[in-house]
Amino acid sequence: MVDEPLITGNQTFHSITDTVSKIAERKTTVTWLALIGMALSLVLVLLGSIGYLVWEGIGVWGLNIPVAWGWAIVNFVFWVGIGHAGTLISAILHLFRQQWRTSINRFAEAMTLFAVICALIFPGIHVGRIWVAYWLFPVPNQMQMWPQFRSPLLWDVFAVSVYFTVSLMFWYVGLIPDLATLRDRAKTKVRKIVLGIASLGWRGGNRQWINYERAYLVLAGLSTPLVLSVHSVVSTDFAVSMVPGWHTTIFPPYFVAGAIFSGFAMVMTLGIIVRKIFKLEHIITLNHLEKMNKIMLLTGMMVGYAYSCEFFIAWYSGNTYEAFTFVNRAFGPYAWAYWIMVSCNVLVPQIFWFKKIRRNVAVMFVATIFINIGMWFERFVIVMSLARDFLPSSWDYYSPTIWDVATFVGSFGLFFTLFLLFIRFFPIIAMAEVKGVLPQADPHHGGKH
Amino acid sequence: MSDKSVTPKTEYGVVARFEDPGALLHAAEKVRDAGYTKFDCHSPFPIHGMDQAMGLKQSKVGLIAGAGATFGFILGLWLQWWTSTIDYPIVIAGKPFFSYQAYVPVTFGLTVLFGAIGAVAGMFHVNRMPQWFHGVFHSENFARFSDDAFFVSIEKDDPKYDRTGALEFLKSIGGAEPEVLEGE
Repeated sequence: MVDEPLITGNQTFHSITDTVSKIAERKTTVTWLALIGMALSLVLVLLGSIGYLVWEGIGVWGLNIPVAWGWAIVNFVFWVGIGHAGTLISAILHLFRQQWRTSINRFAEAMTLFAVICALIFPGIHVGRIWVAYWLFPVPNQMQMWPQFRSPLLWDVFAVSVYFTVSLMFWYVGLIPDLATLRDRAKTKVRKIVLGIASLGWRGGNRQWINYERAYLVLAGLSTPLVLSVHSVVSTDFAVSMVPGWHTTIFPPYFVAGAIFSGFAMVMTLGIIVRKIFKLEHIITLNHLEKMNKIMLLTGMMVGYAYSCEFFIAWYSGNTYEAFTFVNRAFGPYAWAYWIMVSCNVLVPQIFWFKKIRRNVAVMFVATIFINIGMWFERFVIVMSLARDFLPSSWDYYSPTIWDVATFVGSFGLFFTLFLLFIRFFPIIAMAEVKGVLPQADPHHGGKH
Repeated sequence: MSDKSVTPKTEYGVVARFEDPGALLHAAEKVRDAGYTKFDCHSPFPIHGMDQAMGLKQSKVGLIAGAGATFGFILGLWLQWWTSTIDYPIVIAGKPFFSYQAYVPVTFGLTVLFGAIGAVAGMFHVNRMPQWFHGVFHSENFARFSDDAFFVSIEKDDPKYDRTGALEFLKSIGGAEPEVLEGE
């Protein structure tokens, strides 16, 4: 089987360096300033709504009893899920020797970090008295108490903070050789000093590469089970509770599949924009996009299977509460959200059965937006099972307040601010890795040995 | 800086450029066979087969990461055992104090965390990073290593090192622009 080349257009090592470095070295454009201005104003909205929340208390949100968990947990799961694609691309595809990952791993990993930062805001602020949020961690405190290690909520604290730390280290280790490239091209004193410090004196000797590659492999090996565990642990927030519709063993794999599905959608959304703006079509080729579409088709089907399996088990279990929950999801007060979810997550990805569509950038861009929306609604549907609990007299309907909406919209502002800073100052493609998969990087290239 | 003639220059070694990954690989084999030990092959990306060509031993980073992971595992289990059995024993849902099944996620998380820290810190340690100064940076040419050029450097500390001999040797195995690394 002859594969098409990973990187098109007869690239040399130098042309890769040049294309990618120039993006980080160019002058600040007006467009960028306008975009980050908009993103930063949304950050102000975020800060404002958090400030008001801290001042007034959790009551500013639309929470009620029985719906004691609202948008905060929905947004948390949404953002953490998005992060998963970055780690899948950087770790799992590395272990599987999928060389096409090199074109997309850098910004996918950056996206992971930024998404996890956005995610961490929500559990941080939903505790109410956020000035004692350190009680979440096992540090000696004034109550002389320790956290409750049997609680999934605490597992979550560990899982997500470990995930963030490991992803950050993975990302930085990957950046070192590329920062050295920027350092060696730097013209101004400030750039020389900053990049010189950040690249830690990298000199690309094989005595460094041998250890570097081993560390990278170990990080990939550790991140692989980690990424599968993080969303599994997140799902135990629900699955360990005794709520119909939540208390199921399908949750961990179902959440992981959904996370990868939504994460790839976000990688595609951002990737399509980035490759268009910076003219990177020869590095992030249609083949890359097609492969990602196939992964979305696969994970979308897994999510669809989970939706139907839940229904089957609800009926097969013979449990009236379980059965009611699912009928209620599809035909109850939140049926509109349920059918948005099904259309976006199950129906929309079916278009990727067709090769023509898998290679049509405009169509797939729209599809990824739908999937992002659908995956947010998936978490909303799950959480809204609470609205009709065991006792009809306590049923209620949850609607968000303006502060719920402002916090969520604001978190997008933070995400885009970080992403804009990243594409302005960092090498957005892993240059060293892309060079390594060019045909001429093989020492036996051209048969002269 | 202006009167270079006054400051005595320190010599760090020699460096020469090679054409492509294949040439660098063959050069590495020849340098190794010539008996040099303190040399390095610099490239913009890791080159397949270079470890054998240079005669390098396996990296120790995996071991350090393994030690880190073991530490994290023990720390995680110990932390949960000690806090819920010794320091603050409290019955929750009728479970034993040491309910190890529930301790799996946190233990796993800390194992991964310290394993990863071990991998990164271990790599920094073995590679002596950060090391912002190194003799090779005296070569103007050398900056291209991170772009598209391939270099062999031989350090002055090498027992076989003598300045002209090393320069001649690099030239003889096909090295372009051989130069002596020296500076203040």
